[in-house]
Amino acid sequence: MAFDQTAVRNDFPILSRQVDGKPLVYLDSGNTSQKPQRVIDAMSHFQEHTYAPINRSSYRLAGEATDAYEKGRVAIARLINAPSVDEVVFTKNATESMNLIAQAWGRANLGEGDVVVLTEMEHHANIVPWQMLVQERKIQIRWVPLTADGQLDLTNLDNLLDGAKVFSFTAMSNVLGTITPIAMLCERAKAAGALSIVDACQFVPHNVTDVQSWGADLVAFSSHKMCGPSGIGMLWGRMEILEAMPPFLGGGNMIDTVTFDGFTTAPVPMKFEAGTPPIIEAVGLAAAVEYLEEIGMANIRQHEMELSRYTLDTLKGRFGDDITIYGPDDVELRGGVFSFTFRDIHPHDVSQVLDERNVCVRAGHHCAKPLMQSLGVNATTRASIYLYNDTADIDALADGLNDATDIFGL
Amino acid sequence: MSGLEDLYREIILDHYRTPRNRGELDPPAIKAEGHNPLCGDEITVYLSISGEGDDAVIEDIKVGGQGCSISQSSASMMSQSMKGKTIAENRALARRFKALMGIDGIEPQDGDDAIDLGDLEALEGVMKFPVRIKCAVLSWNTFLQALDTGGGTTSTE
Repeated sequence: MAFDQTAVRNDFPILSRQVDGKPLVYLDSGNTSQKPQRVIDAMSHFQEHTYAPINRSSYRLAGEATDAYEKGRVAIARLINAPSVDEVVFTKNATESMNLIAQAWGRANLGEGDVVVLTEMEHHANIVPWQMLVQERKIQIRWVPLTADGQLDLTNLDNLLDGAKVFSFTAMSNVLGTITPIAMLCERAKAAGALSIVDACQFVPHNVTDVQSWGADLVAFSSHKMCGPSGIGMLWGRMEILEAMPPFLGGGNMIDTVTFDGFTTAPVPMKFEAGTPPIIEAVGLAAAVEYLEEIGMANIRQHEMELSRYTLDTLKGRFGDDITIYGPDDVELRGGVFSFTFRDIHPHDVSQVLDERNVCVRAGHHCAKPLMQSLGVNATTRASIYLYNDTADIDALADGLNDATDIFGL
Repeated sequence: MSGLEDLYREIILDHYRTPRNRGELDPPAIKAEGHNPLCGDEITVYLSISGEGDDAVIEDIKVGGQGCSISQSSASMMSQSMKGKTIAENRALARRFKALMGIDGIEPQDGDDAIDLGDLEALEGVMKFPVRIKCAVLSWNTFLQALDTGGGTTSTE
């Protein structure tokens, strides 16, 4: 055991909630994660003692609030080994981070016929912002295909990247669990002269992240999947790229000066943080990062690899050919996200039956409809794990699948 | 699992396993597509209508698409109930069914209460599972879309 599992579970008050006299079995962390008491307390304490505007007012309370907000940025920079704290930009969520990149960098650098390379396993957040530029700017999108076991098929990558301006890809698929060869992909993008953008939403909460060793140009991820609050997301980028980008949203906080004739921008990161940012959320996020660091990202990864092995073996062992689990079987190559189809029972019905045991899973297309098309399915059921899950949760999932068999009588 | 027994009644599972009026109709039949963007359920309704106005009769109805047991069984039962009835009767049936599902903004008309829902009554259990109401009404909204616009696409959110 990589850490004290019981102690970790007890850190999350919601996991002791009972519904119909039975405990919650939360297997939807790929969607959003639960929050430890420490994060809840940090946000409450901040609001009770320190809350004030940031970067605007000169009284001491405002200074304390600004410091608390900036601690969130310091924590994130430390977590991902960013060379500079100022390279961390706070947004509303990772989707906004991706839109910021497409709109700010894209509008300044992409025109008709320019090529953006994506992969077939992207989340809509790394598809639609680029498709918006297809409509507005007539850029072209090329797609990296997948192998049969749900990894990237890189056979033709150099051809796909030839002449491309951008290669934007997921570090870990939110459907397949597949962890991509991030550093190698960034290197290949660089060799082709393309900007490398990493959607690290599913990766950062579960793994040791080092944006410098990746050699990435821009990385997007979110707080709410890593034990932090919703409402705050992150964009990390190399300073020279961020400095060269025009602003995304205009307003207060992001300016240096404004006259009747125009404006100049504040330095990075404030240039990209228009308006009052998610102040309370940044405080909660700092507490979440500290919590994860104390447990250790490597330990969390170790725990999830062990539980992933147990999950794959349990589901395949108990249900054999009746279950199809997408993505690689090798837990070195995947994270703890398990999308599956079960007999011919529709994922909505599967999740409905599981809910009767308080087993919380997601059913549907997982904001990855093109990938669903590649897989030849309309929907899957997805169970996803985090540090607070254990083998009993997986057993409950498997028992719930038995219930589905009973009800649908197949 | 008392709640689930209310939802997955035998008649519903029967329609799910053996959907009635499954298939397509060639033009000039009206074709309308409905989908639920949240879950990916898709329904296509084909209507072959003879006559004009409210007295026109639905001579044939076919249903295509894919989705969960609730959306598919609801579509199957709907098709069974509508065939051979007039537009006015079927609009009343749709009002009655959507009222059963607790949909807001339905303005009941005289006689709606007397409409016999038949097998469709079995979907009453969906009310205990509000997330699934959208599944149950998808085919009905698609049907109404077909009548109101002569086809096209509708979306249930």
